[in-house]
Amino acid sequence: MLEEKQKTVRYDRTPMREQKPEVRAKNFDEVPIGYSPEEAVREAKRCLQCKKPLCVEGCPVNVKIPQFIKLIAEEKFAEAARVLKETNALPAICGRVCPQEEQCEIRCILGKKGKPVAVGNLERFAADYERNNDLIVIPEKKPANGKKVAVVGSGPAGLTCAGELVKEGFGVTIFEALHEAGGVLVYGIPEFRLPKAIVAQEISWLEQLGVKIERNFIVGKTATIDDLFNEEGFDAVFVGSGAGLPSFLKIKGENLIGVYSANEYLTRSNLMRSFRVDSETPIMKGKNVVTVGGGNVAMDAARTALRLGAENSMIVYRRSEEEMPARRAEIHHAREEGIDFHLLCNPVGILGGEDGRVTAIRCVKMELGEPDASGRRRPIEVKDSEFNLECDVVIIAIGNTPNPLIPSTSQDIRLSKWGTIVTGENDARTSKKYVYAGGDIVTGAATVILAMGAGKLAARNMMNDLLGQK
Amino acid sequence: MVKIVKKERLSEQVLRYRLDAPRIARKRKAGQFIIIRPTQDSERIPLTIAGANPDEGWIEIIFQVVGRTTFLLSALNEGSYVLDLAGPLGKPTHVEKFGKALCIGGGVGVAPLYPIICALKAAGNEVVSIIGARSKSLLILENEIKDQSDRIYTATDDGSYGHKGFVSDIFNSLNNANEIFDVAYVIGPVMMMKVVSSLTIAAGIKTFASLNPIMIDGTGMCGGCRVTVFNETKFACVDGPEFDAAGIDWKELMNRLNSYKLFESEARQKQHSCRLEGVDK
Repeated sequence: MLEEKQKTVRYDRTPMREQKPEVRAKNFDEVPIGYSPEEAVREAKRCLQCKKPLCVEGCPVNVKIPQFIKLIAEEKFAEAARVLKETNALPAICGRVCPQEEQCEIRCILGKKGKPVAVGNLERFAADYERNNDLIVIPEKKPANGKKVAVVGSGPAGLTCAGELVKEGFGVTIFEALHEAGGVLVYGIPEFRLPKAIVAQEISWLEQLGVKIERNFIVGKTATIDDLFNEEGFDAVFVGSGAGLPSFLKIKGENLIGVYSANEYLTRSNLMRSFRVDSETPIMKGKNVVTVGGGNVAMDAARTALRLGAENSMIVYRRSEEEMPARRAEIHHAREEGIDFHLLCNPVGILGGEDGRVTAIRCVKMELGEPDASGRRRPIEVKDSEFNLECDVVIIAIGNTPNPLIPSTSQDIRLSKWGTIVTGENDARTSKKYVYAGGDIVTGAATVILAMGAGKLAARNMMNDLLGQK
Repeated sequence: MVKIVKKERLSEQVLRYRLDAPRIARKRKAGQFIIIRPTQDSERIPLTIAGANPDEGWIEIIFQVVGRTTFLLSALNEGSYVLDLAGPLGKPTHVEKFGKALCIGGGVGVAPLYPIICALKAAGNEVVSIIGARSKSLLILENEIKDQSDRIYTATDDGSYGHKGFVSDIFNSLNNANEIFDVAYVIGPVMMMKVVSSLTIAAGIKTFASLNPIMIDGTGMCGGCRVTVFNETKFACVDGPEFDAAGIDWKELMNRLNSYKLFESEARQKQHSCRLEGVDK
């Protein structure tokens, strides 16, 4: 039997220090500060080192969780990072943005009686330790096998696929449409949640491994997939082109000045660095900002607005908090920072002045009815409940539809009725020979780690198909 | 990094750059554009590809110094490099043998019109071009367009060259003389496109306008370039940049182009002191 005190140590999780809400709401620095080595060791020692670790099964890339945690407990921090990198090319990123609470941590045995081991915090610690102390090593590569692979898009799916293949001796070139590599990690996720220096570091690590990155190259426009095979001499192509075109509400007033898609708002702030005074790319800062949507992107946009100086940053969401697709931690952080949640409200129109600028958003109150096809209770309008929320900026964060750029120039790639690319369930193969796909272009908007899992799956099947081996 | 192989001044405010971009030169078709980010600090802006040579591997862009980014671009010298260039973007102009085509360009809008004129001519059309500017010193590409057109008319607001007045006056006189056109392309400032296309449409001519709204990525991702055409929202970068002029919501387009007016005037003030250096090297 454990003593009372030991029990507390075993069941209580070591909290990660964070910037105070009132401070961080005014800067773009990262919210959590990270573990100290002592805190990391204390947390790592809570791990039970299960013989059959359920946590690993919950991870889309099957990170060797007990092994790396054991190394942290033994204060072998850089070694822990190396174990992480055996299965996950981007641990500093995953430690920050993975929904561990639904994947590895939810399966932790300790969670039955207390709090699960903070796998994500530990992953982040090990990767940060290795990077901050210049202990990153370039792993051994297999000799070149003479096969060339093109990777379309440098987001999490593409980076993972490229990393797996380059280690196996493939010649890998990533084609990125924007001027900076990283995909959603760079244009979408804000600095305060994922510092761009970390993304740049992970990409530079892949470049050192031998991955070539061609920026400003739009596959489907600069060259088609067939051109990559026929003119550029690639043997296979992985398509990880991401989420695509922003959806709008299709309500009146949506093209008024001051209405942004979340993609545009976040791209201006993140990729174009509008949040910095020396940036040449403007952004409408807004006094009263309304973000429509309930996902992680909506939280990112609303929290960015606050940091850009909004006096009042509001979320409008048509269901209740329970149905919000955002991570609980993100909702919690947003609330702490003072984001005003207008739940069970649905926008019906956006109002503007003579000059064409937004003055308010008109909403109707909703109530929850019977569950719909998604299993969530269907929101129903409450009669005669319309009201206006005054605002000067509106951000629409209700999702994306797949970008047709690649499919429209490669008609032999089969699409679903939603426009996503259809792949084999467990092989990432598309209907076009030697073309593979993964990430949001296949699943629709999902998570970084699921995209990474797909990139990895594709890489395994590419090796198999090109070299005739697993 | 993309090399500026040739830099030319077409008028006091308008420059033409030839850029070493073999892949874009191979793929590009009339009506398409590129996104350029000249330096680390600048914005990403769209510019129409004004010409290209796939064998020699270059494209040409023509631009007017209007804001901070075009100013930074204008300050680069022949032989130096622009940081980022991506394309070709947008849908190519729909070109076929229509019969008799009317091409009307105003100001720096004459630049994106030029490749369309070339393509229409190459497809066997009879091409009548009307180009205009505020004054003679701002009129561009007259000789190039003359070479590709069956007839050319010029107009300047101040009468310093050609007809004194607007391109619309010239169209009106052709129309009054009962000249029939099968298709019209109109490119220039929004107000000019609005006025001119209303006249050509009233004359029963199918009219296309090429729009240049604010963009960031140019691939459909941001949706900043949305325009309303026949009451439907379109993205100029992937659905355009050319649209049937009869359906364009011009007022909304003008409003949206003014989104960052305040920011731009602040940027102009910032650049004022250094304007003497750079431009005229």
